[in-house]
Amino acid sequence: MTFTVTPLRRWRITRRKLLKGGMGLLAAGAWARFFGFFRHARAAETVRPPSTITTRLRINGRDNTFKLDSRVTLLDALREHAGLTGSKKGCDHGQCGACTVHVNGRRVLSCLTLAATADGKDVATIEGLAEGKKLHPVQQAFVDHDAFQCGYCTPGQIMSAVACIKEKHAETDADIREYMSGNLCRCAAYPKIVAAIKQARGATERG
Amino acid sequence: MLNKADLETNASIDGGMGQAKPHDSAHLHVAGEATYTDDIREPRGCLYAYVLKSPHAHAKIKKLDVSACSIPGVHAVMTAKDIPGVNDAAPVVGGDPIFAESEVLYAGQSIFAVAADSVDIARKAAAKAVVEYEPLPAILNTHDAIKAKKFVGDTYVMAQGDSTVLKKSKHQFHGAIDIGGQDHFYLEGQIALATPLENGEFHCWSSTQHPSEVQHLIAKMLKIPDHLVTVEVRRMGGAFGGKESQASLIACIAAALAWKSKRPVKLRLDRDDDMLMTGKRHPFHISWDVGFNDEGLIEGIDFTQAADAGMSPDLSNAIADRAMFHADNCYYLGNSKVTSYRCFTHKVSNTAFRGFGGPQGMLAMEYVIDDIARQLGKDPQAIRKVNLYDPKGKLKDRCTTHYGMTVEDNIIADIFAKIEKTGDYAKRREEIARFNRTSKILKKGLALTPVKFGISFTLTMLNQAGALVHVYKDGTVQLNHGGTEMGQGLHTKVAQVVADVFQIDLDKVRVTATNTSKVPNTSATAASSGSDLNGKAAEAACVTIRDRLIDFAVGHFGVKKDNVRFTPAGVQVDGKMLSFKELVQLAYTNRVSLSSTGFYKTPKIDWDRPKAKGRPFYYFAYGAAITEVIVDTLTGEYNFLRADLLHDVGRSLNPAIDIGQIEGGFVQGVGWLTSEELWWNEKGELKTHAPSTYKIPTGRDIPKDFRVALFDGDNQEETIYRSKAVGEPPLMLGISAFLAIRDAVAACGKPHCLPPLMAPATPENVLKAIQAVQA
Repeated sequence: MTFTVTPLRRWRITRRKLLKGGMGLLAAGAWARFFGFFRHARAAETVRPPSTITTRLRINGRDNTFKLDSRVTLLDALREHAGLTGSKKGCDHGQCGACTVHVNGRRVLSCLTLAATADGKDVATIEGLAEGKKLHPVQQAFVDHDAFQCGYCTPGQIMSAVACIKEKHAETDADIREYMSGNLCRCAAYPKIVAAIKQARGATERG
Repeated sequence: MLNKADLETNASIDGGMGQAKPHDSAHLHVAGEATYTDDIREPRGCLYAYVLKSPHAHAKIKKLDVSACSIPGVHAVMTAKDIPGVNDAAPVVGGDPIFAESEVLYAGQSIFAVAADSVDIARKAAAKAVVEYEPLPAILNTHDAIKAKKFVGDTYVMAQGDSTVLKKSKHQFHGAIDIGGQDHFYLEGQIALATPLENGEFHCWSSTQHPSEVQHLIAKMLKIPDHLVTVEVRRMGGAFGGKESQASLIACIAAALAWKSKRPVKLRLDRDDDMLMTGKRHPFHISWDVGFNDEGLIEGIDFTQAADAGMSPDLSNAIADRAMFHADNCYYLGNSKVTSYRCFTHKVSNTAFRGFGGPQGMLAMEYVIDDIARQLGKDPQAIRKVNLYDPKGKLKDRCTTHYGMTVEDNIIADIFAKIEKTGDYAKRREEIARFNRTSKILKKGLALTPVKFGISFTLTMLNQAGALVHVYKDGTVQLNHGGTEMGQGLHTKVAQVVADVFQIDLDKVRVTATNTSKVPNTSATAASSGSDLNGKAAEAACVTIRDRLIDFAVGHFGVKKDNVRFTPAGVQVDGKMLSFKELVQLAYTNRVSLSSTGFYKTPKIDWDRPKAKGRPFYYFAYGAAITEVIVDTLTGEYNFLRADLLHDVGRSLNPAIDIGQIEGGFVQGVGWLTSEELWWNEKGELKTHAPSTYKIPTGRDIPKDFRVALFDGDNQEETIYRSKAVGEPPLMLGISAFLAIRDAVAACGKPHCLPPLMAPATPENVLKAIQAVQA
């Protein structure tokens, strides 16, 4: 995984834009709702158009530039704008893990991450994990162990598992269960997910 | 029908029946390439929908004015009045309006819907509508419903002999249990994408277990014939019963907006809306009076089951029936009576959920067994064995259920014998007793519970299926059948059947998306029946084509019928060997049809509902589980230390898939009875409508030591490859976890105490039960 250092200057500009635009608007909405001034909030929304900002994302090693509403989440940017539908919207609350991707090598919940905050960063999704036709050891292990049923949580499970192994949080069964507990599987393929991660851990260590 | 001798020639094909092949979409799942409805490339001009929901559990709609909703970007608004046909998305008898008319019956009910250029605009537009309500008093539990005599179906009774004899028994008691509901929490929420086509036709991608019903309901709503509507489903991201009838509402709303706007419309419920708007597993209140002797033998029993159906019948009558069918679990009830109330409440209409009422009926019976054991100071296993249906089938009078069906395939005694040994039941029982004598704060508990689950739709008509098989000139096969894929591996299993009939490798068989224009009038993929029904239908289609190929070879080569054999090495014609592809090509050039439908209907079943007697089930699936738990008696928290599962799938079609179903079913059952709590406030608002407040099991919650095994034995009925259905039965193995907790709680009280543990056994409920037995 390559690590792109974000130029400080650009980060500042983006952040300022972000604060001026989307976040300010969001905050206004939140406070207005808090005090019950619903009408005022809506009036504000119609008066001020959503702020659009340029967001540069290096997705799976390829540079992309998007013009996005500053409130767009990384998950929506990937699914709706980059056409990468592998990351799933399970709960949209950051509590099921189906949307897990890597930003600069760390696992994040893309539904709780604003795309703008990933500006200039490396984003890795399930679509970029395999090298051509050769599956990543974690992907292969999930196939070998039938570590899914409906498959909807699988991209998130796999991205989480890759990071979990890298973080050295896959040393014991108990560790795997703990550090993978943010990824829900309603079909409850958990025993097989643990088995798959154990196999992949071995493969990545050897490889 | 299949010539098993075929298998003896040569090595076997890759992916035939009984092989542990991975899921047919495995390579797509791990690459993020499996397409769910939300991933389908949207057609040009696609709109996005939002549904406005009722904030009240029960209210009159005094005014509904949507004129202000037409802001820029809005292309259609649909209310009840705009529906050209029937405003109902109910599966059986009606009562589930697509949009509320003059009255709302639950908080979360759909009032109207908007289609706009984005979901954001649709939401903003919906908020501009003027809706005035006059709130009315709401019924929110079964107790109040029974008092007010508000039901969604007639009260129904199953009985055998005279249950009042229990009053003459040496031991008698009355007991009751509250059983909570369960949200399906499929990871993929409800979704549909409807597209208007030329000449009045509609196509709808729907995440549904029942495409034929969605097709019919859309047609009924739009007042158009069924043949104008095509419904398709590639796969679902989980369903568990929650997309058997509930997907129809979503698809109907999308189709209604597509009809009005003349543009494609996608409706994807967000998680909160999904949990507020769609039905769940039925909460039950079950009480009983039971009489038994010193051995624990039940002499008479009288169950009263009250199901919280919510605001409409939906599938509640069939579900409540199944709760009654399974009131016996594995035990001969003798003089018995089961009375069932289908209570109306001002809550979302409860619906199918893996087990379909069976789990609730079974839990109450296991609770009774546990109570008898505690009162007599015996091991619950002793009570279970005394009460089992006669395993040898010799005592005819101890083989008849309370609904008049003879249990012919009872293997539970064998399962008990095996699991007690592999699970070290007796030894661990002693160890736990020893542990509990010395451990003050932490207490352990152990429970072994069996499952006997009836397989077939209890509405006999539904036990039919169709399939369509095409063999192409290159020797590859395309298969379509009426079942839907929700992760259970149905497509893989049915494809294995096809590969086996033709004796070709599994990769030569491609299963296409379930589509009402390929196989019509299908039943829901439900009642665990998917592979039983569709496997047989696909087999029938393949056998038709194979017979045509054989007849052709007989004529073409001038050989005897018996000398044409499909083997893994190819098709043997006398001494000559042709590849499947070569034979197919030859047959094509000689104008032989290489496509066929197949049909299957389950034999033997015969259920007389008015008399409450007959044979509703083709066979039973069995299983048993031992679960061990450790409870912190100061907080009510607990961990599962070990679970041993032994489950009967007949001769497994695919052991890898079956073991996954067993593990997953068990964990889902444990979730239902432990951490998954649905909570409504006094106004009838569901307050646990997101994963923040509604807790399904995580990888951390499964037993530390988890052992799963398949029971070795064929289905004695002639099912596909002698296999058994596996979708639902293992869920009820989770009952062992609940009773293990109860066992640990009992260790906090005096001998013979009966912990009043209610389901789900949240730490709060566990603590309450501990305090009750310590009082």
